[in-house]
Amino acid sequence: MSVATRVPAPLAKALGRISSSTLLRHLLFALFGLVIVILVLESTDQFRNAQFASMAYLGIAAGGLTVLTGLNGQLSLGHGAFMAIGAYTTALFFQDSEPPLPVVGVLIVATVVTLIVGAAVGVAAARLHGPYIAGATLALAVAVPGIALFFSDTLGGEQGLNVLVPDIPDWFANVVFFITANEVSTSKYIGYIGWLCLLATFVLLANLSRSRVGRVWRAVRDDEVAAEIAGINLGRARVLAFVVSAACAGLAGAVMAMAVRITAPSGFSLTLSLTLLTAVVLGGLGSLLGALIGAALLTFLPQVVTGVGHDAGLSDLQAAELAPLVYGLTMVLVILLAPAGIVGSIRGAWRRRKESA
Amino acid sequence: MKRWTRKTTLVTSVVTVGALVAACGAGGSREEDSGDGGASDVGITESSIKIGAHFPLTGVAAPGYSEIPTGMEAYFDYVNANGGVHGRKIELVVRDDGYNPTNTSQVTNELVLKDEIFAMVGGLGTPTHAAVVDFLNAEKVPDLFVSSGSIQWGDAPEEKPYTFGWQPDYEIEGKIIGQYIAENMPDAKVGLFLQDDDLGVDSEKGVRQYLDDQIVAVERYTSGNTDVAPQIAALKAKGADLVLAFNTPSYTALSQLISMKLNYKPKWFYSNIGSDPMLVGSLLSKFSEGAVEGASPLDGVLTTEYIAGVDSPDDPWVQLWQKAWDEHGGKGELTNYRVYGMAKAYTFVQALMAAGPDPTRDGIVEAVEQMGPVPGPELAPFRFSEDSHMGISGMQVVELKGGASDPLTPVLVTDTGDAPIEEDNSGAADDAPPASGIPEVEPAG
Repeated sequence: MSVATRVPAPLAKALGRISSSTLLRHLLFALFGLVIVILVLESTDQFRNAQFASMAYLGIAAGGLTVLTGLNGQLSLGHGAFMAIGAYTTALFFQDSEPPLPVVGVLIVATVVTLIVGAAVGVAAARLHGPYIAGATLALAVAVPGIALFFSDTLGGEQGLNVLVPDIPDWFANVVFFITANEVSTSKYIGYIGWLCLLATFVLLANLSRSRVGRVWRAVRDDEVAAEIAGINLGRARVLAFVVSAACAGLAGAVMAMAVRITAPSGFSLTLSLTLLTAVVLGGLGSLLGALIGAALLTFLPQVVTGVGHDAGLSDLQAAELAPLVYGLTMVLVILLAPAGIVGSIRGAWRRRKESA
Repeated sequence: MKRWTRKTTLVTSVVTVGALVAACGAGGSREEDSGDGGASDVGITESSIKIGAHFPLTGVAAPGYSEIPTGMEAYFDYVNANGGVHGRKIELVVRDDGYNPTNTSQVTNELVLKDEIFAMVGGLGTPTHAAVVDFLNAEKVPDLFVSSGSIQWGDAPEEKPYTFGWQPDYEIEGKIIGQYIAENMPDAKVGLFLQDDDLGVDSEKGVRQYLDDQIVAVERYTSGNTDVAPQIAALKAKGADLVLAFNTPSYTALSQLISMKLNYKPKWFYSNIGSDPMLVGSLLSKFSEGAVEGASPLDGVLTTEYIAGVDSPDDPWVQLWQKAWDEHGGKGELTNYRVYGMAKAYTFVQALMAAGPDPTRDGIVEAVEQMGPVPGPELAPFRFSEDSHMGISGMQVVELKGGASDPLTPVLVTDTGDAPIEEDNSGAADDAPPASGIPEVEPAG
C-alpha cells in the first residue's frame, strides 16, 4: 500500500520529494527536533535546562565519536583532549564581560581550532591501526591537560579559567518571548545554544554518513583491501573522519565551557574520554540516536539515582556511591543483554521481526 | 476550480499554523523589567531552613575532606535537638562533586535550582568552588564560609557580595610563618615546597614579605601528580635545611616518604591544611604499605593552628564537639576534620541568629558583615565587614609532639597586604561556649 493512494496528489509529491532527498528528510527531522527542544526547554525548570545543556555537549561529542568509531572503525580514547581544546579556546574569548566576538563566532573559532589540531593528529593516526590508534589518542588525552598546567599564566594552571557567559542578546530573548511568552534564563539560553549546535551537527553528520563520504568510510572500516582495490585512498578517508570527529568534539567543548562556566584540567581527565566512549557503546555504535540516548543516560542517571538514594534514606555518602554502582550495573546489563547497544539491538530486533513476517 | 481550492488550502493552512504559533507565544515584545522582589527567602519555611554544600565524598580528595560534612551535620542535629534556630531546624543537603569543577557546577545547579537551598555553607575546594562562585552571586545565594583559604573569596566583596571566607587565608598564614622564621631561625636556608595553585601563590606572597633573603629554593608540584621526588631532590641539592611546605595532606605524606628515601632531614614546617597528624599518619602507613606506622615522622614538625583540635580534649570547645558527636554523630571517632565542620556549623548558626527571626538572603549577608566579635571556637576573631569578607584573622605557630600540638607563639593576627602582625588581645582564644552548647547572638542591626 503506497502513500499516494491515501494522501492527495500534491502532498504525496511533496512527501515523495522529501523522502527521496536525504537533505530535506534530515532537515525535516531537525525541524521536528527543534520543536521538541523548544517544548522541552520551555516546560522544564532551570535545573533541568542546565542538565539538558550538559546532555547536549555530551551528545555532540558522542555523535562525533560514534561516526569515527562506528562508521570508520577508528577507536579514539582521546576525544576529551579535543573537547579541552575547544573549551580552552572558548574560555580565552570569554575572559571579559565584553567578548571580542559574538557567541556564534566563538563557537566557530573553537571548532576550527580543534579541527586544525584534529587534522594534525589525524594524519598521525591514519598511519596506525586498531589498538595503536587507541594508544596514541590515549596519550593525547593524558598530555593535553598538562599543556594548561605548563602555560599556567595564560591558561590558568590547575585552577583553570573562569568563563564569563556573555549576556543574552536582546533579539534572542525577544524571539523566544514572541514564540513562547517565557523569559530566558541563562541556563535556558545555554540549553538553546547547546541544542541548536547539536541539531546542526547531527544534520551534517547524518548527511555525511548517507553520502559518498560515509559509504567510503564504511568501506574502509569493513575491508581495507577491498576498499583500496576499489580506488579509495585509505589515508585520506581516515584523516577526514578523524577531522570531522575532532571538530565535533571541539564544538562540544565550547558548549561545555559555557555550561560549566569554568575550564580546568581536572574537568578533562581521561575519565571524560572514556565517558564519551561509554555513551557511544551504551547507545549503539555508529548510531547518532544511540549517541544521544547514551548522552541522556550519562547526564540523568547519576543525578536521578543519587536523588532516589537520598529519598530512600541513605546517607549523603552512600547516595553518592550508589550512582557509580548503578551506572556500572547498567553498563554490564547493556553489554550482556544488548551487545549492539540500546539502539542497535532494538533496530536489530525490528529488522528480524520484519524479515520473519 | 481545483487549482483555486488547492491555493485556498495552502493559504488557510499557512495562516492557521501561523496563528497557532503566535497564539502559543506572547506575540508581543518583551518587557525589559524583570525584577524578582519578594523571593528573597528561598529555602525557609516556618519550621526549617535548607542549606547545601558541595564536598568530595568520593574520589582522590575524599579521605579527610568527606568527614567535614558529617561534623557539620552532627552539630546541626545537636542544635535541632535543642529547638533549632528561632524555632527552625537546619537541614544540610550535601552533594558529591568528586573534586571535579565540572561536577561542582552541576551539583550546585541542582542545589540552587532544584533543592532551592537558602544558602551554600562550606562548599569545599579552590578550583571547584571557583567554578560556581559567579553563579551563586548572580543568583544572589549567600555563599558562606567557603572551605578554602584562597584570598579570592573575601578580597573583593563588591564583586562577590554574597561570598565569605572562613579559615585564615593562605597569605596571612604565609606572613605569620615568615615572620616566625625570620625572628627565630634567622640563619636557616629556607626551601619552599608549594602546590601550584592559589595555595602556593598566596602563601609565597606572604612568606616573601619577611623571608625574601633566606629563601634558597622554590619547588612547585601539581596536585594529582604523585611523583614529587624531583622537587624534594632539588630542595636537598640546593641545601635547604628548613622546608616550608604549603600542600594538602597527601603531599605531606609523600614528601615525608621521599625525604626518608633520599636521606634528607631538614626541619619541616607544614601549613595548617597539610598537617593533620591523624590523617597524615594513616596516609603514611598506606603509601608505605605498612613500613611507616603512625604519625611519628611528624614529631618535631612545625605547623599552625586556628581552632583547637582533638589533641586537646580539655578545651571547652573540643568538649562541646565531643558531646555533639557522641549524641548525634554517625560511625567513627571525632576527628580534626569533623571538628572543622562543627566549628564552621557553629559560625553558621551564629550568622543565622544574627539574621533575626525572619532571615532573608540579603539579611544574612548583612548580618555577617555586622556581626562583630562573638565568642566562637576560632582562636582569633573574624575580619568580616562591609569592606572585607575575609575569615579568621590569625593563628598560632605550634610544634607537633606525639600527635599533639605544643604552642610556640601566642595567637598572632594580621591582614593581607602590609598590615602588621600583632599579638591578639581580643580574648578570642580564651572564650568558651555557653553551657547549652548553642551560640547566643542577638539579631544584628
